Amino acid sequence: MTTDFQRGAQLALKHRPLRRAQPGAQPDYLYPPYGSSVRRAPSQPLVLLPHTLSELSGPVFGHDRVTPGAADLTAQHDGVPLGERIIVSGRVLDEDGRAIPETLIEIWQCNAAGRYAHRMDTHDAPLDPNFSGYGRVLTDKQGRYSFTTIKPGAYPWRNHPNAWRPAHVHLSLFGLAMATRLVTQMYFPGDPLLALDPIYNSTANPRARERLVSAFDLDSTRPEWALGYLFDIVLRGRDATPMEQ
Amino acid sequence: MMLATPSQTVGPYFRLGLDELNQSDVAGVGAHSPILVQGQVLDGAAEPIPDCVIEVWQADENGEYAFINGKPNEKARAGFAGFARVPTDIDGRFQFRTVKPGRVPYIDARMQAPHALIMIGMRGLLKFLMTRLYFPDPSSAEDPVLLLVDAARRPGLIGVREGENELRWQVRTQGPGETVFFDY
Repeated sequence: MTTDFQRGAQLALKHRPLRRAQPGAQPDYLYPPYGSSVRRAPSQPLVLLPHTLSELSGPVFGHDRVTPGAADLTAQHDGVPLGERIIVSGRVLDEDGRAIPETLIEIWQCNAAGRYAHRMDTHDAPLDPNFSGYGRVLTDKQGRYSFTTIKPGAYPWRNHPNAWRPAHVHLSLFGLAMATRLVTQMYFPGDPLLALDPIYNSTANPRARERLVSAFDLDSTRPEWALGYLFDIVLRGRDATPMEQ
Repeated sequence: MMLATPSQTVGPYFRLGLDELNQSDVAGVGAHSPILVQGQVLDGAAEPIPDCVIEVWQADENGEYAFINGKPNEKARAGFAGFARVPTDIDGRFQFRTVKPGRVPYIDARMQAPHALIMIGMRGLLKFLMTRLYFPDPSSAEDPVLLLVDAARRPGLIGVREGENELRWQVRTQGPGETVFFDY
């Protein structure tokens, strides 16, 4: 018969806590340049939570809904969407470089004109009847993924006068634990709007921030078809312990 | 060591990408005493937040999570989903169907009181909020995580029973009665 104490001790060894972010390596909740954070961010200090099994476990779901077609956002309609066709590929890793295999990535974005196929988006730019702007993909055993889409456009928003979001693709991942949950945005290299964008600049550490920018890649560019962009996604790693091999 | 990819807001249009895989039933088939949790999310001005995504993760009736390390946990009840993801509506309200979870281990010999981990994403927040919904149970008085929280703020983490099979819970992201959020 295993006692609660033994069970707890075994779990503590098996489920090492996740590494905490260094200051500035992740955004804070309150970031006044991003206006909407002001009324929504908590004002009380956060309570530091040790990582228990509740945070270190997490769901596997949606795998049966990841059809091969779900990774091609340009092939969901009878016609072909307008815009510059791109292939985004990369790996999902943890901070120690270990691949996260067979993990779900959910994707959404606006069309080439900068308009989301969402009823709340009232930007005066055309919808594209051949582009829904969402898809999903699983990483393979080596943590690799690839999806095909069109390059999203920039669009205005009301955060500050003459504010424009740089072109970006939204990505949602779980990893192996609820505490590795990540929703992020992938940007494009050389975009002049990045320097002006409070959401991009909410991460103070420039090395961490640069993780958000994809790299143009000739090797994954398909001749006569689509430009390739590389984007590796790095989820939190486990804290090192003396037990680690 | 590499730096982790920074979190960025889910923005106003996340439902495009997430809705298809939403599910509101944590309990799954074969639950004996399902509970309906009805919640509402309010901002610093006590206005409802109509554009949140709420994620729920909890153990089954016996304290078993449905997945551990990306693999199904064979000890979990067959049919137990363990996870829900629901958006808030125009009034900031959300609901999901679940069961009262069993107790799960803490990082020492103690056990935790029945709770669900709750993640909340929304436009205006650059990363998910993490909080917990505790189910009414005498063991919450000695829960090691609740004991980390100021006593005056603990009740805000415990659902309010409404009849036999319903819990009500209000989340306030800021201001008077602000919900406790965790640094995880």
